[in-house]
Amino acid sequence: MSDVLLKVSDLCMRFGGLLAVDHVDFEVKSDEVFAIIGPNGAGKTTVFNCVGGFYDPTEGDIVMDGQRIKGLSSHMVARSGLVRTFQNVRLFKQLTVLENLLVAQHTQVETRLLPGLLKLKSYRQAEADALARAAQWLDFMGLRQYANREAGNLAYGHQRRLEIARCMITKPRLLMLDEPAAGLNPHEKQDLQRLIDRLRREFGVAVLLIEHDMSLIMGISDRILVMEHGKPIMTGTPQAVRSDERVIKAYLGEE
Amino acid sequence: MANQIKNAFIAAILTAFIVTPVFGLQLVRQGARTLMAPHWSNVLIAMAVVFVGQLLRPWLALPFKRMKGTLPTLPAAPVQGHKWMMIVLIVAAIVWPFFSDRGSVDIATLVLIYVMLGLGLNIVVGFAGLLDLGFVGFYAVGAYTYALLYHWGGWSFWEALPFSGAIAALFGFVLGFPVLRLRGDYLAIVTLGFGEIIRLLLINLNWLTGGPDGISGIPKPTVFGLEMARTASVEGQKTFHEFFGLTFQNQHVIVYLYLTALLLALITLFVATRLKRMPVGRAWEALREDEIACRSLGLNPTRIKLSAFTLGAMFAGFGGAFFAARQGLVNPESFTFIESALILAIVVLGGMGSQVGVILAAILLTVLPELAREFAEYRMLMFGLVMVLMMMWRPQGLLPMKRPHVELEK
Repeated sequence: MSDVLLKVSDLCMRFGGLLAVDHVDFEVKSDEVFAIIGPNGAGKTTVFNCVGGFYDPTEGDIVMDGQRIKGLSSHMVARSGLVRTFQNVRLFKQLTVLENLLVAQHTQVETRLLPGLLKLKSYRQAEADALARAAQWLDFMGLRQYANREAGNLAYGHQRRLEIARCMITKPRLLMLDEPAAGLNPHEKQDLQRLIDRLRREFGVAVLLIEHDMSLIMGISDRILVMEHGKPIMTGTPQAVRSDERVIKAYLGEE
Repeated sequence: MANQIKNAFIAAILTAFIVTPVFGLQLVRQGARTLMAPHWSNVLIAMAVVFVGQLLRPWLALPFKRMKGTLPTLPAAPVQGHKWMMIVLIVAAIVWPFFSDRGSVDIATLVLIYVMLGLGLNIVVGFAGLLDLGFVGFYAVGAYTYALLYHWGGWSFWEALPFSGAIAALFGFVLGFPVLRLRGDYLAIVTLGFGEIIRLLLINLNWLTGGPDGISGIPKPTVFGLEMARTASVEGQKTFHEFFGLTFQNQHVIVYLYLTALLLALITLFVATRLKRMPVGRAWEALREDEIACRSLGLNPTRIKLSAFTLGAMFAGFGGAFFAARQGLVNPESFTFIESALILAIVVLGGMGSQVGVILAAILLTVLPELAREFAEYRMLMFGLVMVLMMMWRPQGLLPMKRPHVELEK
């Protein structure tokens, strides 16, 4: 039994009169793939934004590895080891693929001004390391030949992979993927499934994802949280979710 | 065709409205009274020109369309510093003033001031993508810092220079705070206001800054403590020409000022180039592209924005201190919005973020008006025309920035 990495309790997010997230509870263990599913408008992305520090939740608590991250600004949340991708890929489009990966290492490299201006040894070493790590991730994602391309010019599937690489290079402990399969063809979806699996096995990262593609979800998730109208319906294994009447009702409607 | 005539007619009517107050009604002085004398013929001519122009527009546009395709394209700015070319250029820039006339060296010095300012603003606008319309404020702060330090404390240029940069940087830092949440147009308006506030403060703080008259008699930079003047300001000290046994020539002063400006501009270029390749430079560009993505990766947007404002302002401060030394006097008139607009135009014309482009644009926008002195009245008009044409034909600037190409090792 592995320990709990992320614990979200009693999370509420209210926008004026709309309760977008209504008392959601869940835990992500340090080596599992946890999925949130639900019909459009169920509040999945809002949960993501709350966890990632982009929204300040109205109620509830979010704890990452024993440390409270609720109310922290998003960059501090990211530094606690929780990094996300976006529903619409958000790359630095005019920067090259390589630069995207270098920027992501900002918190790991020498950012002080003087060592950089004087090109001191510590700075050169840090830069060389950053470049090496970037090259390693490019190889891992099969994007090496595009290293000097502008990120905005990559094929969509490649942009998705680059976005994941950009997250992974920050050495996160929890990777949050917001609809990673959106816009991918069936072949690319299979690749994505293998990729997520490898990330978990080789880098020991926990994955929290939102997805609409059921075959992907059922294939890789350890546990699934189903949401509807901001409320959690159930949490369980893929088998349990698949056969649950409330879930079927939420997706297919009542007779 | 009927549609075209209708359009042309409407355009002509609109022209009448616009043109009438400017050309149609002229003020005539008669003793103590001022009368308005209508000149309808001017208005009619303008209307006729616009009407015909609008009718023929499709045909007039044809050659331009063809031109657009065949317009020569400039190569993108080289990324790899062609070391030898740089050295040759620098040596040429150092040697050149000794064989040139006074006027040209003077203009070249002015160009170098704008290069400094352009490179400074390029950090804020080009790299970090923060549209700053009040950059002249920091220039003014730098200039007045030296002027005041001299006026109240008797500091020399070289003593005051670091302080000018530091105080301007401090102002950049302080301005950074209220505008952290703003982007684009809103940021532009607030910074515009900031530039004006500085200028108005300088006018109204009479006791400190001398008000509209400013501060005069500011000494030029010294050569390692030796004054560049006909006679020493302090009894018993030697001036530059006395020390080296030369006869005093004004040309020496001009050339020395030029070389000082060249040194400052080269330092600015060097530092800005390094900064661009450093993590902070990458973070600026990332912030320009997508602030939310930056935050999601653990980059602190507050620090990144503030560093861009601060460092950009610092270079403006250095430029300002030099400007004060060169002019010998500072007054608020030198720091109007037009200056901000000119510096921004240099950055945009050169190609946002491209340093070579900025230098080229600084040269163009400073030298051309000097060459076309006869058309001084139309300067802003031509300026606007050039900007419009540039936006149509080459919106990315003269020498757009090229992304660095890095060879990865296996």
